[in-house]
Amino acid sequence: MDVMPKWADVLLVPIISLLLAFAISALVILGIGKDPVEAVKLMVSGAFGSTYGWGYTLFYATNFIFTGLAFAVASHASLFNIGSEGQATLGGLGVALVCLALPWPHWTLALPAAMIGGALFGAAWAFIPAWLQAKRGSHIVITTIMFNFIGAAVLNYMLVNVMRPEGSMDPASAKFPPGASLPTLHDILAVFGIPFSKSAPANISFLIALLACVLVWLLIWRTRFGFELRAYGRSESAAVYAGISPSKIIIVAMLISGGLSGLMAINNVMGEAERLVLNSVEGAGFIGIAVALMGRNHPIGVALAAILFGFLYQGGAELALWMSIPRELIVVIQGLVILFTGALDNMVRMPIERIFLARRLSAKSGE
Amino acid sequence: MKDLAENSGPTPDAGPDAPPAIELRGISKAFGPVQANKDISLKVAKGTIHGIIGENGAGKSTLMSILYGFYKADSGEILIDGKPTEIPDSQAAIAAGIGMVFQHFKLVENFSVLENVVLGAEDGALLRPTLSKARKHLTQIAKEYEMNVDPDALIEEIGVGMQQRVEILKSLYRHADILILDEPTGVLTPAEADHLFRILRGLKDEGKTIILITHKLREIMEVTDTVSVMRRGEMTATVKTAETSPEELAELMVGRKVLLRVDKTPATPGKTILKVEDLKVVDEDGVERLKGVSFEVRAGEILGIAGVAGNGQSELLEVLGGMMAGTGRVELNGESIDLTGKHSDGLSRRKRGISHVPEDRQREGLIMDFAAWENVAFGYQYDDSYKSGWLMDNAGIRRDTEGKMERFDVRPPNPQLAAKNFSGGNQQKIVLAREIERNPDLLLVGQPTRGVDIGAIEFIHQSLIQLRDAGKAILLVSVELDEIMGLSDRIAVMFDGRIMGERLPGETTEGELGLLMAGVTDGEGAA
Repeated sequence: MDVMPKWADVLLVPIISLLLAFAISALVILGIGKDPVEAVKLMVSGAFGSTYGWGYTLFYATNFIFTGLAFAVASHASLFNIGSEGQATLGGLGVALVCLALPWPHWTLALPAAMIGGALFGAAWAFIPAWLQAKRGSHIVITTIMFNFIGAAVLNYMLVNVMRPEGSMDPASAKFPPGASLPTLHDILAVFGIPFSKSAPANISFLIALLACVLVWLLIWRTRFGFELRAYGRSESAAVYAGISPSKIIIVAMLISGGLSGLMAINNVMGEAERLVLNSVEGAGFIGIAVALMGRNHPIGVALAAILFGFLYQGGAELALWMSIPRELIVVIQGLVILFTGALDNMVRMPIERIFLARRLSAKSGE
Repeated sequence: MKDLAENSGPTPDAGPDAPPAIELRGISKAFGPVQANKDISLKVAKGTIHGIIGENGAGKSTLMSILYGFYKADSGEILIDGKPTEIPDSQAAIAAGIGMVFQHFKLVENFSVLENVVLGAEDGALLRPTLSKARKHLTQIAKEYEMNVDPDALIEEIGVGMQQRVEILKSLYRHADILILDEPTGVLTPAEADHLFRILRGLKDEGKTIILITHKLREIMEVTDTVSVMRRGEMTATVKTAETSPEELAELMVGRKVLLRVDKTPATPGKTILKVEDLKVVDEDGVERLKGVSFEVRAGEILGIAGVAGNGQSELLEVLGGMMAGTGRVELNGESIDLTGKHSDGLSRRKRGISHVPEDRQREGLIMDFAAWENVAFGYQYDDSYKSGWLMDNAGIRRDTEGKMERFDVRPPNPQLAAKNFSGGNQQKIVLAREIERNPDLLLVGQPTRGVDIGAIEFIHQSLIQLRDAGKAILLVSVELDEIMGLSDRIAVMFDGRIMGERLPGETTEGELGLLMAGVTDGEGAA
């Protein structure tokens, strides 16, 4: 028997972890002489109080859904893909090359092509560490970290030496053609007569991210490959007994993971910046790890956790703007949330498990 | 020797009124909702061999762990030589004169015998004086109890039986008067087991008290003076060995009448299903595990492979099951099978009609975190009946699992329950249901009843016989000689990667097989 009912596992534990993280954050804010209640109000109203706030929250969340899913897929095969950052960077390169290749007539043509470009580049960047792990036993954690740095350097080189328009001093690509411009949530909701902020960057990529959640769920829990992937992730020796090839699982899982990371670029590169800039990923690859951990590697959990982190990003930006709370403190709060929901999971889980166990025992003896 | 066994009363050291060496009063221990030990009381007289027998999970190991200070009892009392004694940790147990020999030895492989004996009992910061003192003491003990070991031999270079002796010497070196042995014969050949029993009788004659934990009825009958039976955390009976029988003990263990012998008719072998010629396997470390093995298995017969664990039987199953590569020639129904591992694996073996119940169900046969229904699909995930479109037909697999669980009497019959939540016997039934119901031409079975309770053993053996009677070929690997003798129609004995010989179960004895298992071939077997 499992010790806890499912709802406690997927909801109660993360929520209590989150509350603990917020409680400590409140103490820190008190410590620097600010009012935590005021701060919470500001964060919530900044992130959810207006369609402008929502627009930013969902924009960040879209990035985190892609990288969170990427981490989750690899995680089910017990592969720790730390390389989302680099894979998303390369995905950006793929998206930019596609967008700049043609004078795209309409986004409906540009988007599928850009998605293929981003996913292919992201997957290719994951392939090398995956191959090294599968055939040479080089540990994927080490190689993917190294590939993050190499990816950043590749982007740097490409922007400075290859893609920078002539005469520009800025290490960035040319602006994408207007036909590659994606509809924002403002454009989409306007069709249904719902008003939405025009200046917020959330765009159609958010819907694609939600679709990716559904597809990843199908892949992991309903397809034969997903079955093999989970089987390999739980027990390599059993997988070998069943005739499941470890190297095939490692490589394909990492290709999918890298592809999802690369897809993130349709949001931040194609949807927002509309050109390729340095460091466009801005740490979303690493946030994806926390998102997947908190979301228990389940697509629904990943989507919810991604929105939470979107809130922290957007609300945090508002705090820095209006409360003269230093920008670094926002990073502290985000760090605390990651610490409690990811790394210190067992600290909260154990006592709750004990409570449930004690309750069940007393219920039994009461019979 | 039998006459000694009946004498559970006074020994030279202990008068008739002497307190028992160990007395447990009302010991209880719960792990969460599981009551591992319920109000257990036990008296073990000084200078006797006391057996404790029970199925897996009956609470034997928990009870001994309490006695050795690994667990603290929730309630109850321990009396050593009549004195109430607290045993909070193993140091206290050693101080109270209790020694324990674990099923898995706790020895440092690259240390010498002497160093292992001294380990943890060094006196002073310098090693040399301890060692020279220990050497004298050790030689003296070894002589006293007739346990010859070379104090300077490295553990990794001596045999399993010898390693066990080192474990016993370790306890004696720490002045143990009470010796607990947990499943001591699991890794021994019959001859080595006999030797162990001789040592134990010798220790008894010197006034030591011995507690022997085992699930093998034969050993209980052979060596103990009294025996206690445990079932579901309770001590159900304590009887004099001379006044009981294996049948009665089995019934006490399981709670119902059990068929101890396998009930089967003579085999009617048909055409050759599996033909193996000069099969060789070299493992990852470059060690040759199979050194040219040849045999045949025919339809409607069980070929049993006997041998002490680690003599190539595991590799034989793994290479036939597609888990590792080998060289040589293997034919199934006259068609050769790819052994290079490049074009075939477990999946393609199954398609060819080879099912495989692996030796280690927890590491290989099952995915412990997966639900029962996922485990039923495991290895057969590409089966047409398990798919709907390009997705898996999860609901269909669950229905199929329900039927399998019913037919194989898996309890509880809940397909959603994770494999780790079933008992060992029920886990094994899930694996068997999956592999047998595929109706394979050849079934590879490794250790089918390891860690399985007696009630389930009966069922598993009958399932295998039924499959044989349906005209299928079965290759059985087991380290339990009783099982090999009971099930097999032919027996091949493996030693050091080779088959030492083939025997018919009706025309051989355990003694003869034991010699083959120790590598003594027909010619030199006169000893």
